Amino acid sequence: MVRKLLLEKAHLEGIRGYDVYRREGGYRSVEKALGEMTPDQVTDEVKKSGLRGRGGAGFPTGMKWSFIAKPEGVPRHLVCNADESEPGTFKDRYLMEFLPHLLIEGLIVSSYALGSHVTYIYVRGEYSWVIDILETAIGEAKANGWIGNNILGKGFDLEIYVHRGAGAYICGEETALLESLEGKRGLPRIKPPFPAVKGVWDRPTVVNNVETLAAVVPIILIGGEEYAKIGVGKSTGTKLISTCGNINKPGVYEIDMTISVEDFIYSEEYCGGIPNGKKLKACIPGGSSVPILPANLLLKTVKGEKRLMNYESLADGGFVKGSMMGSGGFIVLDEDQCVVKHTLTLARFYRHESCGQCSPCREGTGWMEKILRNIDTGKGKMSDIDLLWDIQRRIEGNTICPLGDAAAWPVAAAIRHFRDEFEWHVLNPEESQKRNYGLAHYADPLEPAVAAV
Amino acid sequence: MTHPIFPPDKLAKVMELITHYPEGKQKSAILPILHIAQDNFGGWLSTETMDYVAELLNILPMEVYEVATFYSMCNTKPVGKYVFEVCQTGPCMINGSEEIIQYLKDTLHIEVGETTSDGLFTLKTVECLGACGYAPMMQLGKFYREHLTKEKVNAIIEECRNTAATNN
Ligand SMILES: Cc1cc2nc3c(=O)[nH]c(=O)nc-3n(C[C@H](O)[C@H](O)[C@H](O)COP(=O)(O)O)c2cc1C
Ligand code: SF4
Ligand code: FES
Repeated sequence: MVRKLLLEKAHLEGIRGYDVYRREGGYRSVEKALGEMTPDQVTDEVKKSGLRGRGGAGFPTGMKWSFIAKPEGVPRHLVCNADESEPGTFKDRYLMEFLPHLLIEGLIVSSYALGSHVTYIYVRGEYSWVIDILETAIGEAKANGWIGNNILGKGFDLEIYVHRGAGAYICGEETALLESLEGKRGLPRIKPPFPAVKGVWDRPTVVNNVETLAAVVPIILIGGEEYAKIGVGKSTGTKLISTCGNINKPGVYEIDMTISVEDFIYSEEYCGGIPNGKKLKACIPGGSSVPILPANLLLKTVKGEKRLMNYESLADGGFVKGSMMGSGGFIVLDEDQCVVKHTLTLARFYRHESCGQCSPCREGTGWMEKILRNIDTGKGKMSDIDLLWDIQRRIEGNTICPLGDAAAWPVAAAIRHFRDEFEWHVLNPEESQKRNYGLAHYADPLEPAVAAV
Repeated sequence: MTHPIFPPDKLAKVMELITHYPEGKQKSAILPILHIAQDNFGGWLSTETMDYVAELLNILPMEVYEVATFYSMCNTKPVGKYVFEVCQTGPCMINGSEEIIQYLKDTLHIEVGETTSDGLFTLKTVECLGACGYAPMMQLGKFYREHLTKEKVNAIIEECRNTAATNN
């Protein structure tokens, strides 16, 4: 059994409320941090833990914290990113819904480390019942002296506020989030300056994901070194994965990052295999923005080794033969799914969510959607496939924020690995409206790796 | 059109929200306040409502329009009493969101984006709502309705009709 650091108590009755949470050892990390540690020691512990941001980019959290500017007399802020809108991702919702106090505990310790006296949780607007749960928990924590002035008599003051968004994926991007927090349209800012220097209201700001900040609690409790022993290599600790698509047991799971992708999909403990005895066709392992992989490349790396559920292994093979851990949104497609159509829904998503500031992203996402729709509905031409490739290539790297890349990558990977399926649609316009291309050879064994010369 | 005004409890909530942000940065409260306004004034944001919010925040009306037109949850046109917002992104599509959308169109006799003639239902399609493992799904008011089937959709429509009838 994997050691559960975050979700171990998620199913305990009443754990959402303060009394049970506290009885089960809740808020001990606040006692430890404020009682025995300086803010810098807390940051050091997080550095030692090797914790990497769980929002998608995987940036080392301790290092990010140590970058925060500390100009005299200027307040600093911690902002928790709970905008969670990447298709396939619903882990933060789970954490906030079932363990709101765990997040708040993490926020208090992290705010102490960063010197944030007013901390915000930016929650996607659609999670409105989650906002109620968080506000209740904040109220309880405040009533019990964990939030407010002079916490535990240690002279640390803190307020935590929930800020409700209003439906915009782009506000998950940290600078767009800060604009939105300032009451503006969510238009990403050009970096530098980085938020650590000039963030919300031009004040030094750290933006971290919900899961990242919750993980600070076990790190403080067991120590950074212990935490770093769990997992493998630079993938330390545990990771929440939300699973969906064609699997028997969709949901949110906490894994240590040593499990193989195959075991994760087929074991009873996690996804429980694919329904109706169908075969695995493809998977997007880290949220809609990361490259899709056909079954054979998903289960094994090019070297023929078992692929594991961690940052390094999922990325093994680079963009051509690998994918990414991303946000941990694990989308499984069985043999009956159409990659063209699935890619079309993602293209539509990115077109809808593009903020429109950069022309490659604004125009490119629209074009890609249109062309994919044509191919999907049997109106595509062979040249459309090359055109799609060309458009995605022109978006990547030419935009203010990474949404442009995030829109380009899924299209690129779909064409790279499933080009025959795209061509089949073009060559069989009528048949493609009646049936799917199917599994083809996507699950066939990989060719033996050739040693590089 | 009469000038919209929040009832006292809502106004108190608005004033409290403004205190969450530094002095002079009251504009930050705009989204949370627009949510309250939309709930309070018929499910959408009319120009009058937006002007009122601008007044409360002491900012230009244009600043409110700019924001309201950016965020997908802000309705700048009237909507039905019950808005069915069905997710249509990949993971939901795999699990049958298209059939659910078609079934809603057939049952309510409206297209996506339209409102039934009795003003009761609006059908919208939306992008991923963070419930991909519980697909197909939709948002209805404050809550998500997940693992949708035709039977569940029928029950939800019934439920809305009944609540509307008792409230009238
Ligand atoms: C288009 C876009 C959307 C994003 N959405 C989210 C999100 O919903 N939640 C999140 O935590 N990070 C999101 N990110 C990543 C954030 O910009 C940022 O890297 C992250 O919040 C940092 O926290 P972490 O270091 O704890 O992961 C998004 C990035 C981009 C480019
Ligand atoms: S890449 Fe797209 S979403 Fe990002 S700033 Fe440019 S237009 Fe906006
Ligand atoms: S795809 Fe529908 S909720 Fe995520």
